[in-house]
Amino acid sequence: MKIAVCINHVPDTETKIKVAPDNISIDRTGVNYMLSPYDEFALEEALRLRERFKGEVTAVSLGGDPHRDTLRKALAMGVDRALLLKEDGERDSFGVASGLAEELKTMSPDIVLFGKQSIDYDNAQVGTLVAALLGIPSVSVVVRMEVRDDGTVSCDREIEGGHETVQTKLPAVFTAQKGLNEPRYPSLKGIMAAKNKPIEAKPAAAVPARVVTVLMRRPPAKTPGRVVGTDKSAVPELIRLLHEEAKVI
Amino acid sequence: MNVLVFAEQRDAAFKKSSFEAVAAGRALADQLGGQCAALVIGSGVASSAGGLGAYGASKVYAVDAAAFARHASLAWSKVVADAAETFGAGVVLLSATQMGKDIAPRIAVALAGGLASDCTALRVEGGDIIATRPVFAGKAFIEMRITTPVKIITLRPNVFTAVPGVGTAPVEMLDPDLPESLFTTSVTDTKVSTGRPDVAEAKIIVSGGRGLKGPENFRMIEDLADVLGAGVGASRAVVDAGWRPHTEQVGQTGKTVSPNLYIACGISGAVQHLAGMSSSRYIVAINKDKDAPIFQVADYGIVGDLFEVVPELTVRLKENLGK
Ligand SMILES: Cc1cc2nc3c(=O)[nH]c(=O)nc-3n(C[C@H](O)[C@H](O)[C@H](O)COP(=O)(O)OP(=O)(O)OC[C@H]3O[C@@H](n4cnc5c(N)ncnc54)[C@H](O)[C@@H]3O)c2cc1C
Ligand SMILES: Nc1ncnc2c1ncn2[C@@H]1O[C@H](COP(=O)(O)O)[C@@H](O)[C@H]1O
Repeated sequence: MKIAVCINHVPDTETKIKVAPDNISIDRTGVNYMLSPYDEFALEEALRLRERFKGEVTAVSLGGDPHRDTLRKALAMGVDRALLLKEDGERDSFGVASGLAEELKTMSPDIVLFGKQSIDYDNAQVGTLVAALLGIPSVSVVVRMEVRDDGTVSCDREIEGGHETVQTKLPAVFTAQKGLNEPRYPSLKGIMAAKNKPIEAKPAAAVPARVVTVLMRRPPAKTPGRVVGTDKSAVPELIRLLHEEAKVI
Repeated sequence: MNVLVFAEQRDAAFKKSSFEAVAAGRALADQLGGQCAALVIGSGVASSAGGLGAYGASKVYAVDAAAFARHASLAWSKVVADAAETFGAGVVLLSATQMGKDIAPRIAVALAGGLASDCTALRVEGGDIIATRPVFAGKAFIEMRITTPVKIITLRPNVFTAVPGVGTAPVEMLDPDLPESLFTTSVTDTKVSTGRPDVAEAKIIVSGGRGLKGPENFRMIEDLADVLGAGVGASRAVVDAGWRPHTEQVGQTGKTVSPNLYIACGISGAVQHLAGMSSSRYIVAINKDKDAPIFQVADYGIVGDLFEVVPELTVRLKENLGK
């Protein structure tokens, strides 16, 4: 079985974000990066599928050289191949998806795994865009998947207040939600071996942007609210405020 | 420019976010000098479709057939894209729900359009739509322009207002003839809990964190939630500890919520938590640490012991709300 996992390299959730002088992107200096959390579930699922069906797992990331760190982590977790689709500039989701789809077309994997969203821009687009560009089915926000020997797949995806079971057929795209599995920690052996594994690199296919950021700004300043009190005697006043001022109850 | 709004329903009842999307679509169409139509897909949905007129749709397209009783992403996105072409839509609006997010990218590819996700504000400037949304866990906001002739936009639920007016819209039935192959990926079963509302849809959320000390004390949170008809939320700390299911987690690696009222009990307000709830309309914090970051975003706070304050709040609300 041929499996591809697309992974993104995103600012660490703790990092301070500053707007760059261009006013449309973030200032990257001093920002720590990490493998986008949902992509870890995608990687783990890929490795489990390989354990069951044999075959090869390729991790693909589109971006600048810093994305090598994230690909290195994928190698340490156990993927067979790591591929960097080089792009030093910023891309919109469609640009990322097109670059990935172009490469996946030639790779023609049976299964392509994504995270349900990157935690930088939270677009939740790339996985399903790639599926649409490849003309194959997709199931998003997957919390359980069962691939059968005949190439049919049964999955559960999360919806508001519950989940729905979806049947599909390979080749297909799946986007991973937390709960799909418990990602492994790279073993020391894996980390050491990953250091010597090659990361292939090639330029990402060029694609014009469809969505452009015209302005990035700090969030509107929120003035800290009112401390209504310090014990339960404040409760009636709180209820009054919620009822009369905020009008939310 | 015409605006087509995909109005999602479940069991033939529209989601509240569908009304919000229709109202936003109408406002947009008015500013762009176009018409706003809605599209409903499902089984047994035709009779309620016209009601979207009250929110601003001047026409409603409806697909009402047994084949569409359950979601099938390829088929549904094809129907939306085809309807957009029929209507001559320059904008397709959807709610950023699990269904909206599942089909919007496919619609974008079908219509060769750019997609702006999970927007919290829209405005028209020089004939161009500018969409706004928070990024990087709410640490920045971006304003975007879609450069393609057809623009696809998903809206964050509970952010846009929907005030019903009067009247109904004429309903035009569509009868799409789709190949069987578009239904091979489809939902075969749906399990939805009938209890409290999901945090993604609740108008009020009562959320608990590590300050609750143990899973058994979430009873207090649930009792307060039930008095308010609220959903129950949780911080990641308590989800990781196994006290609460991940479906309740609010934050960067949980759900993004924007209820009218968010009551955070024993939650410190880490950036990753704020990422998921800072667009709530009103925030109440109950925390014994006056320096907890949650107070930076709270509208009203009680700096005190939640074990004392939360039950009192429940009792008093019960009296006030006559329950
Ligand atoms: C990659 C990543 C992603 C993350 N994603 C999320 C996410 O999606 N959602 C999320 O919530 N977190 C997330 N986190 C975790 C986040 O950093 C915090 O660890 C977490 O939010 C803390 O949860 P808490 O507020 O319940 O616990 P704590 O930070 O331990 O806070 C407990 C609070 O309870 C108060 N308290 C204690 N006793 C009482 C009492 N008797 N009465 C009143 N108040 C009391 C304390 O003063 C304290 O402020 C993420 C972290 C990382 C690294
Ligand atoms: N630059 C990228 N390179 C590889 N995969 C990506 C990239 N950006 C996003 N993805 C994948 O697409 C998923 C959804 O991302 P997004 O649409 O940006 O929220 C992520 O979880 C990744 O699996």
